Amino acid sequence: MSAVQQETTVTANPTADAESRATRLMKRRSRVRFYEIVIWLAAIAAYFVLPSKMLILTEIAILALFAVSLDLVLGFAGIVSLGHTAFFGFGAYIAGLLALHFIAEPVIGLIVAGILSGVLGLLTSFLILRGSDLTRLMTTLGIGLMMAELANQMAWLTGGADGLSGFSLNPVLGLFEFDLFGKTGYLYCLAVLFIGTMIMRRIAFSPFGLSLKAIKGNPMRAAMIAVPARKRIVTAYTIAAVFAGMAGALLAQTTSFVSPDVLAFHRSADVLLVLVIGGTGYLYGGIFGAVLFTLVKDWLSVVTPQYWMFYIGLILVVLVLIGRDRLARWIEYLPERFSKSKEEGR
Amino acid sequence: MLTILFDGVAYGMLLFILACGLTVTLGLMNFINLAHGAFAMAGGYVTVIMMNRYGISFYWCLPAAFLVSALIGLVLERTLYQWLYQAPHLDQVLFSIGIVFMAIAATDYFMGGQQQLINLPPELSGRMDVFGVGVGRYRLFTIVVCALLAVALQFILSKTRFGSRLRAAVDDRRVAMGLGINVPLVFALTFAFGSGLAGLGGAMGAEILGLDPNFPLKFMIYFLIVVSVGGTSTVSGPFLAALLLGIADVAGKYYVPAIGPFVIYALMIVMLIVRPNGLFARGGR
Repeated sequence: MSAVQQETTVTANPTADAESRATRLMKRRSRVRFYEIVIWLAAIAAYFVLPSKMLILTEIAILALFAVSLDLVLGFAGIVSLGHTAFFGFGAYIAGLLALHFIAEPVIGLIVAGILSGVLGLLTSFLILRGSDLTRLMTTLGIGLMMAELANQMAWLTGGADGLSGFSLNPVLGLFEFDLFGKTGYLYCLAVLFIGTMIMRRIAFSPFGLSLKAIKGNPMRAAMIAVPARKRIVTAYTIAAVFAGMAGALLAQTTSFVSPDVLAFHRSADVLLVLVIGGTGYLYGGIFGAVLFTLVKDWLSVVTPQYWMFYIGLILVVLVLIGRDRLARWIEYLPERFSKSKEEGR
Repeated sequence: MLTILFDGVAYGMLLFILACGLTVTLGLMNFINLAHGAFAMAGGYVTVIMMNRYGISFYWCLPAAFLVSALIGLVLERTLYQWLYQAPHLDQVLFSIGIVFMAIAATDYFMGGQQQLINLPPELSGRMDVFGVGVGRYRLFTIVVCALLAVALQFILSKTRFGSRLRAAVDDRRVAMGLGINVPLVFALTFAFGSGLAGLGGAMGAEILGLDPNFPLKFMIYFLIVVSVGGTSTVSGPFLAALLLGIADVAGKYYVPAIGPFVIYALMIVMLIVRPNGLFARGGR
C-alpha cells in the first residue's frame, strides 16, 4: 500500500499493471478505517455506560440500519426514494405476523422478513428503472402509500389502525431472553446492524459498488463502459429492501408492536434526513445521522412535545440552504489520515 | 350515476386549480416542489379566519385567499426557492418536505389540529334538480369558476406577452436572458401566481376536500399525479388528467370504498410506467 510498491510495479505488461493498480486502489478504498472501529467500540461501550438508555439506543440502531440500507440506493445508485419505508413497514408486519401466528423465534422471523422484503423490492425495482428523478420519486412514493393503504384496509390481517399487538418472542437463538429494560434487544439490534453494515460495506466497496457510483454519475457513460445499469439498479434496490425489511422486523420484535405508523410518509422523510445529516455515499453516514437525528428528535420532543415537526422541517430547510455537501465534508476536518482516505474513496 | 360524474368533474376541476401552479414550477421550472399543498392550505385558512372570525362574505374571501397565498409564494420564492433552481433534485425534495413539516406544525400551533368548517352562503348550499340529475349548487359554482380560470390560463400562456416570455424562459433560460427577458422576475411572478391559484383552490376546496393541518401531505400525491400524468407542456394535459383523477377518485370511493385510494395509486404507477413523460407530453424532453 505504499510508494515503494508503486515503484516496483513498473510496466512490463500494461494490462497487468493496470489490473494490479486497480486492485490496490480497491483495497485501499475498502480498508477498515479508524473511525469505524471507534463507532463499534462506542456502541458496545454504550451498553455498559448507559444502562438506562437502552430503548433509545435500540431505536438508534434500528434507524441506522434503515438509513444504511437507503444509502445503498441513494448514496451509491443515486435514486431518490420517497417510499423506502414501504420495505421497513412490510418487514415489520411480516415479523409481527410470523411471531403472532407461526414462530416466535426472532432470528428466523428476521430472516424471513428480510427475504420477503427483498422479494417486494425486486418486484418494485422494475418500476423505478424508467423515467426521470421525478418519475422515480412518484413511483416510490406511490408504492409507499399503497402499502400504507393496504395495511390500513386489511384489518383482518394487520389489525388496521389499531396495529398488531399481543405477540411475544422467544429468546434470541434460544439463549438470550428479551428483558424489560431492552438490554437483549439492544445487543440483538446492534449485532444485526453490525452484520448488515459489514455485508453492505462489502457490497458497496466492491467493483459492484463502484459501478453503482458510475451509474449515479452518468448512466449513459456507465452504459458505454459496459456497466449493465438496469441490472445493477435492480440488484442494489433489492439488497437495500432486504435490509430495510430487517430493520422493520427489528422494530417489531423489540417493541412487540406494529402500528400503521411504520408505513407513514414521515418515516421516509425522516430517513432521508438522517442520511443527509450523516452524509451520503459512505454507509457510515446512516449511523452518524441516526445517532444525531434520534438525539435531536428526543430532545425536541421533550421541549415541544407537539410541535417538534416544525423544527425537523426547519433543520431540513437550513441544511439544504447551507448546502449538505459542506456539512457532509466535516469528516475531512478530522486528522489527515481519515480525510485523505475519504478523498481517495470518492 | 350522473351525479357521481358531476361530483367527479367538480372534484377534478378543483384539483386542476390546486395543481396547475405546480405544473409550472415542477414541469416548466423543473423544481420538485412538494410544498405546493402548503400554499393551498394557506388559502384555505385565510378563508376560514375571514369568514368565521370576522364574518366576511365568502365571495370576498376567494380573492383574498388568492392574494395572501400569492404574496406568501412571492416572498418565499425571493428568499428561499430561487437559490435552489439549479440544485440537485434531492435538495429540492428535502427542502420542500421541510417547508411542509413547518407549515403543518405552525398551522397546528395557531389554528389547532381539528377539521375546519366554513358556512357557505345560502345560495350556494343545497342541491337542485337539473333534468332529473341532483346537482350540488356549490359544485356547479366550483365547476364554473374553475372552467373560467382554465380558459383564462390557457389564454395567458398562449396569447399574451407574459406567456410567451415564460415559455421562452423555460425553454432556454440563457437565451431568454440574452434576449433581455428578466427571467428571475418572470419566474417569481409565475411562482406567485401559481401559489395564488393554489390558495384559491384551497379556499374553494375547504368545503369539498376538507381542511386540517395535514392538508399538504394528504393531497401532495394528488397534485403530483395530476402533474406527472398530465405532462407539463400544456394547460390542457393537466386539466384532462385532473378531471380523470377526480372522476376516478369519486367513483372509486363510491363503488369500491375499500380499495378506492388503492386504485388511484395503482393507476398512477401504471401510467408512469407506460408514459413516463405524461399522457400528453410532447416528445424529446
